[in-house]
Amino acid sequence: MTDSNPSFLGRISLAVSTFFRILGDGEFAAGVLRLRNGEAAASTPPAAAASMPTPAPAPQPTPTLKEASPDAALQLLGLLQRDARFIDFVEEDIKHYSDADIGVAARLVHEGCRATLREHFTIRPIRDEAEGSRVTLAEGFDASAIRLTGNVVGRAPFSGSISHRGWRVDEVRLPKLTDSHNAKVIAPAEVEL
Amino acid sequence: MSDARESRYAIGIDLGTTHCALSYVDTAASDGEQTSEGVLPIAQLTGPGAIDNLDLLPSFLYLPHPDELSSGDLHLPWTGERGFAVGEFARSRGAATPIRLVSSAKSWLCHPGVDRRAAILPNDAPPEVARVSPLESSVRYLTHLREAWDHAHPDAPFAQQDITVTIPASFDPAARELTAEAAEAAGYGRMTLLEEPQAALYSWIQKSGGQWRKQVEVGDIILVVDVGGGTTDLSLIAVIEREGNLELHRVAVGEHILLGGDNMDLALAHGVARKLAAQGTQADAWQLRALTYACRSAKETLLSDPATDTVPLVVPSRGSKLIGGSIRTELTRIELTQTILEGFFPQVDSAARPVSRARAGLTQLGLPYAQDAGITRHLAAFLGRQVGALAELEGLRDAAANANANANASVSANPGAQDASFLHPTAVLFNGGVFKSPLLVERIMGTLNNWLAAEGAAPARLLEGADLDLAVARGAAYYGYVRRGRGVRIRGGTARAYYIAIESAMPAVPGLEPPVQALCVAPFGMEEGTEAELPAQEFGLVVGEPVHFRFFGSSVRRQDQVGTLLDFWGPEELQELEEIQATLPAAGRTAGEVVPVKLHARVTEAGTLELEAMPRGTDERWKVEFDVRGNANA
Repeated sequence: MTDSNPSFLGRISLAVSTFFRILGDGEFAAGVLRLRNGEAAASTPPAAAASMPTPAPAPQPTPTLKEASPDAALQLLGLLQRDARFIDFVEEDIKHYSDADIGVAARLVHEGCRATLREHFTIRPIRDEAEGSRVTLAEGFDASAIRLTGNVVGRAPFSGSISHRGWRVDEVRLPKLTDSHNAKVIAPAEVEL
Repeated sequence: MSDARESRYAIGIDLGTTHCALSYVDTAASDGEQTSEGVLPIAQLTGPGAIDNLDLLPSFLYLPHPDELSSGDLHLPWTGERGFAVGEFARSRGAATPIRLVSSAKSWLCHPGVDRRAAILPNDAPPEVARVSPLESSVRYLTHLREAWDHAHPDAPFAQQDITVTIPASFDPAARELTAEAAEAAGYGRMTLLEEPQAALYSWIQKSGGQWRKQVEVGDIILVVDVGGGTTDLSLIAVIEREGNLELHRVAVGEHILLGGDNMDLALAHGVARKLAAQGTQADAWQLRALTYACRSAKETLLSDPATDTVPLVVPSRGSKLIGGSIRTELTRIELTQTILEGFFPQVDSAARPVSRARAGLTQLGLPYAQDAGITRHLAAFLGRQVGALAELEGLRDAAANANANANASVSANPGAQDASFLHPTAVLFNGGVFKSPLLVERIMGTLNNWLAAEGAAPARLLEGADLDLAVARGAAYYGYVRRGRGVRIRGGTARAYYIAIESAMPAVPGLEPPVQALCVAPFGMEEGTEAELPAQEFGLVVGEPVHFRFFGSSVRRQDQVGTLLDFWGPEELQELEEIQATLPAAGRTAGEVVPVKLHARVTEAGTLELEAMPRGTDERWKVEFDVRGNANA
């Protein structure tokens, strides 16, 4: 490595690529872990132990990150393309078309996307109340399903108004794929004979 | 009923022209009229190598080119051996390559002009495509359903369950037998046939959970109007009283009408394509298909929402330029009304009859679609032809007469009224997806009630709460359940009497066909598992040589008994069916010997008509075959 002090941009790029490699490559991740622990030990060996009020805390279990399987995402793209021409629509340069022309295509895409979502997912609002209505959140509400915004102070019960009802997927019904299926082909080229 | 052979599930299969469905009743969890039922989501290919579970299995078969798909693209959860696709993938793939797509196999199965066991489909395939027979494609759909069930229910093998397969009420004996043959070839061990309009009524009864007795009464004549994707099927079912119980009796079925919802979509699409052509845009075959698809959903919107007057139609471009290449047009309510309401459901009077024009000299070999698209005219003809259908029915007339005495004497509730020009239904049950539209329901009810009012009869009521899409499969499963004696059954037996032609003993006149008489061999209303009497007449069969008989059916001659000989009949009375053919094997006889035989009819437990030749003085029985090779004079 010739550049011992990379530029800021270089560091961003390094950070991002390292991030993904850590996620994808267990051995590399172990190496990074060793590097980090080793450096920390080398630079401030006694200070770390001294500054800590509690003696040598048990190593925090590192949160395991799930890697999203690309197959389901590719499959959904394929379905959206097949039934709603989604990729065609997004990939087309719309600068030169009038709103009316785009509207014609949007109708098709909307109808197809809606049919795809309804066929393969059961989606319902998280809160059944109308948007704008006031609700009270008791203690222990599900923070992953309800996001508090604005003047977030004090303690539960919280009272506020619904600005978005949220969406929750209750059921996913994606088609099953055979082993040989190449999910990366989301729309095959068509050749008319 | 604790027969050890009783299966846990009663399975009903709707083998439709455009879709199949499988429903079941879990008899272990059902009690009386409270049944535990479900619809099997059918695992099928929805794309290359993609399997999904859908409630309906589209009745399409795709025969791919060997290089067209990669290996594994046709794999199913239970087999990797298939060289063809059925279901949703077949339908969508075949839309772009119609020369390899088999569709409407059911209509071909009952097409008297073709050999149903010959590999003739797809009809317009080039020589290198290995075609299949109408029978074989039905076998493939039925096999797929069996395998999908076995995959989902490994603990309850399909072959050990009671299976009911539905057929149009208008199917002739040959088409019924072919369906039974297809089911047997597909591994359906315990199979019974059921007419679709009856299945629709069974489903309605089941859905009412016992309340149906409050919605109909003795003397009611229920008209079932079943408009499927490819066929229109009409039946009349009377509510009678026997030994204090309500009984349902199917009294008449309509002709075979090859006309359905798909014809409506196609008619709309052609109308829109003409409009586009007038604006200078010529739709190609691919765009016309896309247009048909767009018209279907536009039709559903317009028919279900009276407030909408136009629905935009967008035909996407075929290439990846979506915005630049799409065609935009619209379907207006006026166009819809002209095409669907006036074209398919015109307001006619009860004396109207379907127009049949002479076929052009050279017709392409294709499906014999109904020549008159007016479903209301077909309905008028059916009710007119069946005006006397109730004359012989016991348990109805007394009740109707009582009702008549109680009500205003001038308002005739009696369907057997002398002055009626057509049979008066008192209630109507609809089946088929097109009747999700209240407009179409209203149009038929309005037309029918006009006819009734013109003859001073009370208006017919609409039987509400039908399940329009899955009623046939559900009703079939329920029928399998009530056959075990756990609910009301629809009686009625065969809806036709059957005749064979015999030549009169008369000197031949040059240039004239010898006059024929029709000998009744099977009377009207034979129930499953019953045998007709043995006729007195004998025929000479030449041993080792096939002998052909012309064969006729009548949907109106209810009184004829076995042995009745007709000299004259009207064109409405007897319809010629395919020939039947008997061959007496040479075993134990000398070839060429003439053996006198009697023809004996029976209806099997499965619901097919069987004719047997019984040589004199023996108890041998030789099966007489329906000739399904398409050489009838149809």
